[in-house]
Amino acid sequence: MNRRSAQPILTWTEGPEADVPLSVRDLWVEYRAPRGAVKAVRGASFDLYKGETLSLTGESGSGKTTLALSLIRLLPRSANVRKGQIIYRRDGQEYDVLSLDAGDLRQFRWKECAMVFQSALNAFNPVLKIWDQMYDTVKAHDHSEREEVRRRALDLLRLVQLEPERVINAYPHELSGGMRQRVLLAMSLLLNPQVIILDEPTTALDILTQRTIIDLLRKLKEELGFSMVFISHDLSLAAELADRVATMYAGRVVEVGNVYEIFYRPKHPYTLGLIKAVPTVTGGFQELASISGSPPDLINLPTGCKFHPRCLYAMERCREEEPELIPATKGHLVACFCWEQVQADWDREWQQREPEAMEVAWPRS
Amino acid sequence: MAEKLIELDHIGRTFGQGKQKVRAVDNVSLTIKERDILCLVGESGCGKTTTGRIAAGLLRPSEGRVLFQGQDVWAMERKEFKRYRKAVQIVHQDPYASLNPTHTVYKILSAPLLRHNLVTNAREARLKCAQLLEIVDLTPPGDFLDKYPHQLSGGQRQRVSVARALTVNPSFIVADEAVSMIDVSIRASLLGMLSRLREQFGVTFLFITHDLALAKHFAWEHTIAVMYVGSMVEIAPTPQLIDEPLHPYTQALLVAIPEADPHLTRNKPRVSLRSMDVPSLLNLPSGCRFHPRCPRFVEGLCDQQAPDLVPVGDGRYVACHRVS
Amino acid sequence: MAQQSVSLYQRTGIEWLRDFLRGIGSFLKLIASNRVGLLGFIMVIFFIVLSTVGPRFVPLDTKTKVTQIYVPPSREHPLGTDHQGRDIWSQIVHGGKDILYVAFLTGLISTFIGVVLGSLSAIIGGGFDSLMTTLADIWLTIPQFPLLAVLAGFIRLDSLSLLALILAVLSWAGLFRAVRAQVFSLKERDYVEAARALDLGLRHIVFSEILPNMMSYIAISFTFAMTSAIYAQTSLVFLGLVPISTSNWGVMISLAWTRGAIFSKDSIYYIMSPIMAIALLQLALVWMGRSLEAVFNPRLRAGG
Repeated sequence: MNRRSAQPILTWTEGPEADVPLSVRDLWVEYRAPRGAVKAVRGASFDLYKGETLSLTGESGSGKTTLALSLIRLLPRSANVRKGQIIYRRDGQEYDVLSLDAGDLRQFRWKECAMVFQSALNAFNPVLKIWDQMYDTVKAHDHSEREEVRRRALDLLRLVQLEPERVINAYPHELSGGMRQRVLLAMSLLLNPQVIILDEPTTALDILTQRTIIDLLRKLKEELGFSMVFISHDLSLAAELADRVATMYAGRVVEVGNVYEIFYRPKHPYTLGLIKAVPTVTGGFQELASISGSPPDLINLPTGCKFHPRCLYAMERCREEEPELIPATKGHLVACFCWEQVQADWDREWQQREPEAMEVAWPRS
Repeated sequence: MAEKLIELDHIGRTFGQGKQKVRAVDNVSLTIKERDILCLVGESGCGKTTTGRIAAGLLRPSEGRVLFQGQDVWAMERKEFKRYRKAVQIVHQDPYASLNPTHTVYKILSAPLLRHNLVTNAREARLKCAQLLEIVDLTPPGDFLDKYPHQLSGGQRQRVSVARALTVNPSFIVADEAVSMIDVSIRASLLGMLSRLREQFGVTFLFITHDLALAKHFAWEHTIAVMYVGSMVEIAPTPQLIDEPLHPYTQALLVAIPEADPHLTRNKPRVSLRSMDVPSLLNLPSGCRFHPRCPRFVEGLCDQQAPDLVPVGDGRYVACHRVS
Repeated sequence: MAQQSVSLYQRTGIEWLRDFLRGIGSFLKLIASNRVGLLGFIMVIFFIVLSTVGPRFVPLDTKTKVTQIYVPPSREHPLGTDHQGRDIWSQIVHGGKDILYVAFLTGLISTFIGVVLGSLSAIIGGGFDSLMTTLADIWLTIPQFPLLAVLAGFIRLDSLSLLALILAVLSWAGLFRAVRAQVFSLKERDYVEAARALDLGLRHIVFSEILPNMMSYIAISFTFAMTSAIYAQTSLVFLGLVPISTSNWGVMISLAWTRGAIFSKDSIYYIMSPIMAIALLQLALVWMGRSLEAVFNPRLRAGG
């Protein structure tokens, strides 16, 4: 693979670069459409740390799926990467994903970075047995022995709590939705990738099956030690699984930080709005609050900060200038001019409502 | 005590024929009182939409009766049935499919007004449409009346759907996953708008959702009914159902749902089910439908006999051999 | 959101006129949105103008001029002359009207039959539906053109309208099946169910909720019905199964073939002129169909 010329890119991250397998910097992706360019991703940046789960959260149209697809260069033809960098690191080497040639890209896709899609049924070829699909996947990327591949496939199927011998000889339609999603997981792990990208992997499943997949993901990550980018519109899945959460709005990462920081001390008005809009099941009745206005039109975006038309904190500056993602506190980045005020208001509200709860939720130690 | 508005009396519905026969709803009974909210909760394919369409009179049950204000709907005379038909409206899930793409908002709203002589001329119709748009918080109405559905966002379309339902002054609205496809950030205001309809106009709701958190929020002072693979497993006032669910399925569901709160969700207890697979409607398990997965399964009882939904006090009903 | 504030009340007369003109403007814009479609649209207009207004300016040349047989194209005779020295261009101008009339009428009648029967079948369902589908299936297995040829032996096809009616009746089955399938899918839409719940009546459901959503489909079917009617018609005339009473392109081909092409190479302009006219008209109709889709698609119509 191509070695990139080393240039300092990890200005936010403390610690050695080796601990960051994937970095995205200032990525811009557009789709061609009859009405004009759809600005799906607009200057998104984030780092994925080794062994962590990073949750990309945002509503429909926030650009999270486009961002994920560009990570493994699976964008549709109508998409165009305008600029930006995607840096992949392994064993002290750095690779520029956007400039990999076809051969290297194929190596990169399953061996280094695998993706699990939302719709588990479409991901399979309906006329091939699971084993054939698994073997084909490996054959295209690796030169392992057939027997060895089979052994690994069976191990992985067992790991995702399926009956390996039965499932490996089954056709996709013979499996339930939850089973197919687990087979896909096993398949993505076949070549032992360093990074796994999951795009809404549980959206089509019922709650009880979703729970088993979540628990499974946690267990797999512990045992195999990969890093995970988890894409979901569902905040509760982020709360459940993520080590860090990145909130996206109108194609940009607007806030990223430790999961507890994000949920208990959000600094971006949009993240704050989302958290206030989602009820929990357990506990008493909670007041919910909507964010006013509608999601932005990705062809005719507002000026300045794209959230300003819906933002309670918007001021003159927000209308003119788009805020950059800057470190607010250690490891917590936010793209908002008013984050200090957002946080102060949040803290006051918590103190008034549940003075002890804050200590429990976010111990000051 | 409020009057009973809608009663489903042991209804069942079978689709298809021969080997492909699907029993979508089996032996479901429900009562909804005037100005009340009943949230019907269950996974996709559990029969909750079919139940909703039967309650709205859009689908005839294969067995059982639907009572509207005490009268059997399918035994009504034509005129009576039309009155019922208009009194009961439905709001669909998909805001992109529920509005005719070739009509403007004005045309969508004015058609029922003009058809049922609720207005006398076009000028009055326009005024009435504007009022309806204001009720569903689409203001100023002038901005929306002449728009086509594709010019509106999902949330706005859903509001138009609600306004369309309101044209005929319904007393009962079946909201079938009405906010599920709407972005989280604007869901709360839609729910708020629906609650206001109940308070202002006395509309009764059958609110169908797969999201227990949403049901809890919308029906906090009302009732939740939980369905599993075509049958009713538990009905209870919302706080009780959330705090101490009785049916093993409800218990498993509550524990399995991830919460938008990291401490809360990571400290939830775990329930281990006996099987991870949802039974297919084409091949239903014998006895209690939850028995292949149920952690409290008793051999010889649960797999033999289907439990009835029985009252257990405090307005609660459970269908489980192990509870009553 | 509020780019334009729309009046809440009835539109005044001037506003109505303005909106009407705007509507025509956006119609033309949509036609123009597809370049091939626009070309087809212009060509169709050209043929209509040529065949309706043209004969007033170009008198039909009926005089036999022995000195001018098979003159190649010139200023005087843009397409040359025929076996009797008559101007071909004037015959082309005069020969399109009947073709267009029959094609248009056939398209109209067959689309009407297809849409009415297809919708009824889908909406009523049950026994009526199975009966209609079986009938259509049987109909589709009958070879159309030989039947037409046989029919022409029994019925005197001297009326253009009668010809159109027969052509239309023969071709109903294909469109019937297509419309039926469309209505089946459309009637399950949520907005149709909402209309049922609002008790808007069957007529409203069919004409307001279902039909407008298949207009682009119907329009395209209409153009295809027209093209097949043109072929059927010219073939009948060419084979002499329809009495030759007026001059039309089919008659021209028939004459050019029997009186000219068999004997003389010089007749190439004579036989090619009507063939090209028919081919171009067909092409124009097919191309126009592409733009019609845009016109009837509400997403494009309102210019979101």
